[in-house]
Amino acid sequence: MDKSRRQFLKILTGTTVAATVVPKAAEAASANKHFEGYPDGLGVLHDTTRCIGCRQCEEACNKVNDLPKPEKPFSDKFVFEQKRRSETGVFTVVNRYDGVGPNGEDVFRKFQCNHCLEPACGNACFVNAFKKTKEGAVTYDASVCVGCRFCLLACPWSLPAYEYDNAYSPVVVRCTLCRPRVLEGKLPGCVEACPMEALTFGKREDLLKIARDRIKKHPDRYIDHIFGENEIGGTSWMYLSAVDFNKLELNTNVGTTPTPKFTAGALGAVPMIVGLWPVFLTGVWAMNKRKEKIAADEKATAVAAAVEQANAEADEKLKAAQEKANKAKEKAIDAAVKKALKDAEKALAEEKA
Amino acid sequence: MSEHVAVVEKRGLITPFNVITGLIIIGGLILTVMRFTGGLSSVTNLDNYNPWGFWIGFDLLAGVALAAGGYTTSAAVYIFGMKKYHAAVRPAILTGFLGYSLVVVALLYDVGRPLRLPYPFLVQQGPTSVMFEVAACVGLYLTVLFLEFSNAPLEWLGIKKVARIISKLTIVLTIFGVVLSTLHQSSLGAMYLMVPAKLHPLWYSSFLPVFFFVSSMIAGLSMVIFESAISHKYFHHMMDEEHKKTADQLVFGFGKAASALLAGYFAIKLIGVSLDHNWGYLNSGYGYWFLLEILGFVLLPCICYAIGVREKNKRLIQITAAWTVVGIILNRLNISLVAFNYHLPDELRYVPHWMEICISIFLVTLAVVAFKFIVTRMPIFFEHPDFPDPHH
Repeated sequence: MDKSRRQFLKILTGTTVAATVVPKAAEAASANKHFEGYPDGLGVLHDTTRCIGCRQCEEACNKVNDLPKPEKPFSDKFVFEQKRRSETGVFTVVNRYDGVGPNGEDVFRKFQCNHCLEPACGNACFVNAFKKTKEGAVTYDASVCVGCRFCLLACPWSLPAYEYDNAYSPVVVRCTLCRPRVLEGKLPGCVEACPMEALTFGKREDLLKIARDRIKKHPDRYIDHIFGENEIGGTSWMYLSAVDFNKLELNTNVGTTPTPKFTAGALGAVPMIVGLWPVFLTGVWAMNKRKEKIAADEKATAVAAAVEQANAEADEKLKAAQEKANKAKEKAIDAAVKKALKDAEKALAEEKA
Repeated sequence: MSEHVAVVEKRGLITPFNVITGLIIIGGLILTVMRFTGGLSSVTNLDNYNPWGFWIGFDLLAGVALAAGGYTTSAAVYIFGMKKYHAAVRPAILTGFLGYSLVVVALLYDVGRPLRLPYPFLVQQGPTSVMFEVAACVGLYLTVLFLEFSNAPLEWLGIKKVARIISKLTIVLTIFGVVLSTLHQSSLGAMYLMVPAKLHPLWYSSFLPVFFFVSSMIAGLSMVIFESAISHKYFHHMMDEEHKKTADQLVFGFGKAASALLAGYFAIKLIGVSLDHNWGYLNSGYGYWFLLEILGFVLLPCICYAIGVREKNKRLIQITAAWTVVGIILNRLNISLVAFNYHLPDELRYVPHWMEICISIFLVTLAVVAFKFIVTRMPIFFEHPDFPDPHH
C-alpha cells in the first residue's frame, strides 16, 4: 500500500486542480468511440472477502467529513439487523448479508457513491452540477443545484441522498471520494481506517491489475468477475466477491452500457426535428393554401362562365322577343295600311257611285 | 358581448362552485405554507429511493400530455387546413396554456430550490440532459401558448393594434408550437430512458419518446372532446352560432382521429413488447396490469371511438374521451410510480402522501377557476365582432 501511495503522490505533485468535463453525450454518440475513463483516474477496490464489518470506515468517513455523530456508536453491531443506505449525514454504510458466503458465513459490503466513469447523475443534471474529474471523483456543485432530483432518479445504484427536510437550501449529499484529502496527498478516510486492507486506493488501472491478480491466485476464494470494471461503462469504486454480486445488492442487471448512451439517440434527434419539422409543416400549410387558392380560382371561373352564359342566353331571348315584337308591329302597320287602303278604295268607289 | 357579461353578473357570489373551490383554495394555501416552510418531507412521502412522486407523475407527465390539445387543434386547423374545427382552437389553446402554467407552478412546489428554476438557462447549462431539453421546450412553448392565447384578452380589452399583430403571427406560432411540442412531449418519455434497471421491462422501451409523443396527440384530441362536452353544459350561453353549429362535427372528426391514433399506438406498444422480447413478463402481476392498460385503456377506447363515429353516437364518443384521458393518466403514473423501482421490496416503495394529492387538486382547481373566469369574459367560445380571424 505504501508503494501505491507514494506513486499516487507522485502523480499529484504539480497537478493543479483541474475539473474536466465529462465528454458530452452527443460527442460520444456521434463519434463511434468508447470512453475508457481518464488514464490516471483514481479509485478504490473493495474486497468483500476481507471485510469483517468493523465499521471503522464509517467512523472515519464521519470524522473526516465533519458529519453529525450518529445516536449509536460505530462499535454497535446491532445496526446490521437492518439494511441501511447512504443518507444525509451518512456518506457510507456497511451492510451485512446473513449466511450468503460460500460456507454459509456472513458477508459484509460497503456502500457509497461509485464514482462512475460516465456518471448518470452528470448526464441527468440540467445545470451540469456533476463533473467527472480526471483524478477520479465525481464532484457536485451545490451552488447551482435547483433540486430537481433527476440525479437521484437516474443513478442506477440509488446512492445519492437529498435533504428533503431542508426547506430553504436543500442539497444532494454523497461520498466525495475524499477529493479534498486526496488533493492534499492523503488517502480517503475510509481507506486509511480499514484494518483489514479490504479497501485499496490507487490508479484504477492498477486496481484492476491487483484484482485480476487476486482472482488468479485464489480462484477458490473469488468469483471471476470484478464488479465495476465494465458495469454501466465502468466505475471508480470496484468490488471483489466470493458470491454472486446480486446477493450483496450489487445489481448485475445494470448492464455495461454507460447511461448517457441511452439518451444520446433521443437528444440526437432534436436538431433533426428542429431542422425538418418546420419545412414539413410549412409545406403542408402551403399545399393546403394552394389547394384553397385553386379551389377559389376554379369557383370564380365557374361563376364567371355561368354568368356569361346566362347573359348570352338573356341577350338571345331579348333579341328574339324584340324581333317578335318588331314583326308584330310590322304586321300591325301592314294591316293598318291595308285597312286604310281598303277604306280609301271603298270611299273612292262610294264617291263614284 | 355585453349580454354575455350581463348573464354572469346576475348570479350571486355564494354558488356551490364558489364555495367548493373556495374551500379547496384555502386548504391548498395552508399546505403551500407548510411545503415552503417545512421542506418537501413535511408534505410528501418522497425519499432517496423515490425522488419523484405524484407531482411529477400527475402534474408534470400527465399534465403536459393532457395539455396537448393546444398544438393538435391549432395544427389541424391552421396547418392541415381543417377549417371547420376553427371554433375549437381558442378553447384548446386556453386549456393548453392553463395546463402548462399549472405544470410550471407544480414544479415550483416539487424542486428543492424553486427560485433557481431559471438557473439552467441563466447560470449554467446542462445540454447533455434530457431534462434541459424538456425545460427549454416547456419554457418556450409556454411563451408560444401565451402569445397564441393573448389574442383573447387583447380583444377583450380592446387593444386592437397588438391583437392584429398577434393574429398575423398565427401560422408561425402554430408551427413553432408543433416543433416544441414534438420535442418536449417525447423528451418526457426520454427521461425514463435513463433508468433501464429501475423501470419494469414492460414499460421500459427505447421507443418511450415515440410512445409519449403519439399518446400526447391522443390525449390532446380526447381532452378537446371532453372539455367541449363540459363547456357545452356550463358555458352554452357564451357560445356563438358558429361554435354551436360545428360542435358535433368536432366530436366526430376528433373522435375519428383519436381512434386511428389509438390503433397506431396499440400497434407500436405491441411492437415494443415484441422487439424487447418481453412476452414472458405478461403472465405476472405486472403483466396483468400492463394488459389492463393497453387492452382496457388503449384498445377498448380505440374500438369505442370507432363505433361512436360510425353510429354517430355523440354520447359514446364523449364518454370514450373521458375514459382515454383516464388511460393517459394511468400510463404516466404507471411509468413514474407503479412500474418504477419494481425491483425494490414493498417497504421501500412509494405511496403518495394525501397532502401531495391535495396540493395537486388545489392546483387543478386554480386552473379550473382561471378557465371559468376567462371564458365568461373573453372571446373564447365566440368570435369578437371587431376581430374576425383572417386565417378563417
